[in-house]
Amino acid sequence: MGAEMNAIDVHGLVKRFGEKTVVNQVSMSVKTGEIVGFLGPNGSGKTTTIRIMCGLLTPDEGDGTVLGFDLRTEALKIKREVGYMTQRFSFYEDLTIAENLAFVARLYQLRPVDAYVTRTLDDLGLSSRRNQLAGTLSGGWKQRLALAACIMHKPKLLLLDEPTAGVDPKARRDFWDEIHRLAADGLTVLVSTHYMDEAERCHRISYISYGTMLATGSVADVVRDAGLVTYVIEGPGLERLAGELRGRPGVEQVAPFGATLHVVGSDPAALKAALADVEKRDGMTIARGETSLEDVFIQFMANATDNMQ
Amino acid sequence: MNGVFSFVRLGAILIKEFIQMRRDRITFGMMLGVPLMQLVLFGYAINSDPKALPTALVALSQDHYSRAMVSALETTGYYRIDYVVGSAAEAEGLMASGAVVFVVTIPSDFARRVDRGQYPRILIEADATDPSVASGAISTLGTVASEALLRERGIPASEAKPADRLEVIVHRRYNPEGISQYNIVPGLLGVILQMTMVMMTSIALTRERERGTMENLLAMPASPLEIMLGKVLPYLVVGAVQVAVILGAAKLLFAVPFVGGMGLLLIAVLLFVMALVLLGYTFSTFARTQMQALQLTFFFFLPSILLSGFMFPFRGMPDWAQWLGEIFPLTHFLRIIRAVMLKGADFQAIAFEVAILTGFILIYAAIALLRFRRTLD
Repeated sequence: MGAEMNAIDVHGLVKRFGEKTVVNQVSMSVKTGEIVGFLGPNGSGKTTTIRIMCGLLTPDEGDGTVLGFDLRTEALKIKREVGYMTQRFSFYEDLTIAENLAFVARLYQLRPVDAYVTRTLDDLGLSSRRNQLAGTLSGGWKQRLALAACIMHKPKLLLLDEPTAGVDPKARRDFWDEIHRLAADGLTVLVSTHYMDEAERCHRISYISYGTMLATGSVADVVRDAGLVTYVIEGPGLERLAGELRGRPGVEQVAPFGATLHVVGSDPAALKAALADVEKRDGMTIARGETSLEDVFIQFMANATDNMQ
Repeated sequence: MNGVFSFVRLGAILIKEFIQMRRDRITFGMMLGVPLMQLVLFGYAINSDPKALPTALVALSQDHYSRAMVSALETTGYYRIDYVVGSAAEAEGLMASGAVVFVVTIPSDFARRVDRGQYPRILIEADATDPSVASGAISTLGTVASEALLRERGIPASEAKPADRLEVIVHRRYNPEGISQYNIVPGLLGVILQMTMVMMTSIALTRERERGTMENLLAMPASPLEIMLGKVLPYLVVGAVQVAVILGAAKLLFAVPFVGGMGLLLIAVLLFVMALVLLGYTFSTFARTQMQALQLTFFFFLPSILLSGFMFPFRGMPDWAQWLGEIFPLTHFLRIIRAVMLKGADFQAIAFEVAILTGFILIYAAIALLRFRRTLD
């Protein structure tokens, strides 16, 4: 495999479940060593796309390669070199931590099994709890165990499906440090998430909505390309003001942030006109603010046509 | 309304239950299917006084008295002469393999004894492994045959001397005392194995699916064959323990005779258990939930017990039910184990049934592998 070859190269993926098109013409390229964030609302097709990439689902249309292996014909080879962490904890809760790891080590034919298990337990800091049932671990530990299990066979590509859902901030930060350490060693990572701060930790992000890829690029690119203007308003009676502003021409989003109100629109002139009278009121200050990734996503979601009906 | 009872709240629960009942197609099917199946099987297929049982005739002479005997046998309705053989050894083989239930021997001096009024006799050997099968047939024959013989000679029954009357000698083979445990206990081995093996393996895949571990298992490099064998082979060990316990109990508690070869029996048990675990695994490729898997098992279990010859004589069922009975591994296993344990059958006698069990193994494995989805599609 050449160094320039993309870890993921898929084109025009389509997946239908009955009448419903869950993934619609999704193309994606991920370079080796990149950490790509995969974002989108619930039910947008993130999990389905990831499952196609690791050979768990066959696409109805489209093709491509993962780690240089054909998506349609070489699923078993892909499975050997990909680590996939499912959204829901899917190791055996009635097996101990060590037994789960040994099971995985044997399935990937890693030898000697004990050495792999012991090393993984040491890295995790779980050596003292090796005989504890996996089902009794807390959410954060389950997630760490799952990650450790799916990188044990030294995969070249890691597919993570909302790995940090329901995990506390400290565990989340540790998790991301680990991801960056792995990427520095050449591992490619595709991670789906709902958290904006996590998206910002990725080299690149892809945004999918109702099965369609809407934007892709670095966080700065995506924010810039969205072409949104944001004003931050401070002053008294913001709750009432928010209701007043909603629905005015040019105002597309009104969202309270602490003691301030963020007003977002895609037409700068119209937005300025809409806020003209507010600026004159007593105690109100209006300033240009920085558009956040979240503002962009809310905008995407509002604009996306809902094809679920 | 008060806090203890409200029709609205009761209604909410009732409506929810009906919706869930309707959604679960298999359960719904079971509710209609099971009573219907029981009705048909009990009503039409099961007959505890079996008629037209397969019989081999050893006729050492061909004369009008022998023909009168044959027609008398058939008149009773219990005997159906399937084989006419020339030697006792041939008849013995047919009985050991279970092809016939009765062997009727008409001795070579039969005609002479009839003519001279010298206590003519015929020999009926009955396969008494299932004591209930032969009892009706044996009790009816004596009078019918005796009267037929007197009619043939033109002697009125009232004038017949004791020496003119036919004597029917009955040999209850394999189980002379007619102890029903001899039949039931080996059969129970099959039934118990069937229940546990099929039930345990039927949840093999549904459990993974319900607990969400299936996705992970599929994402790792395990082939369908590896998953299938890995999931069913452990139950061979469970089966081995059960076999040891049941055979031990059969000997110690019930004193069931064991006249055949142990090696032959173990081969048959191994094939039978393998067929069962693969059948259970096949169920688990069809069921969506563990509940459905258990329902499928039950749905299979009931007719297999009724139609296999375990509870009711196989030969007593109408032809369609016998054909249906042939599709259950239990039917074939029961034939093998009764033949080996009680009759001391050799491999030759059970080869056909062994071949059928092997066929089941291949068919179930093929279906399971075809049904198994490597993907979550």
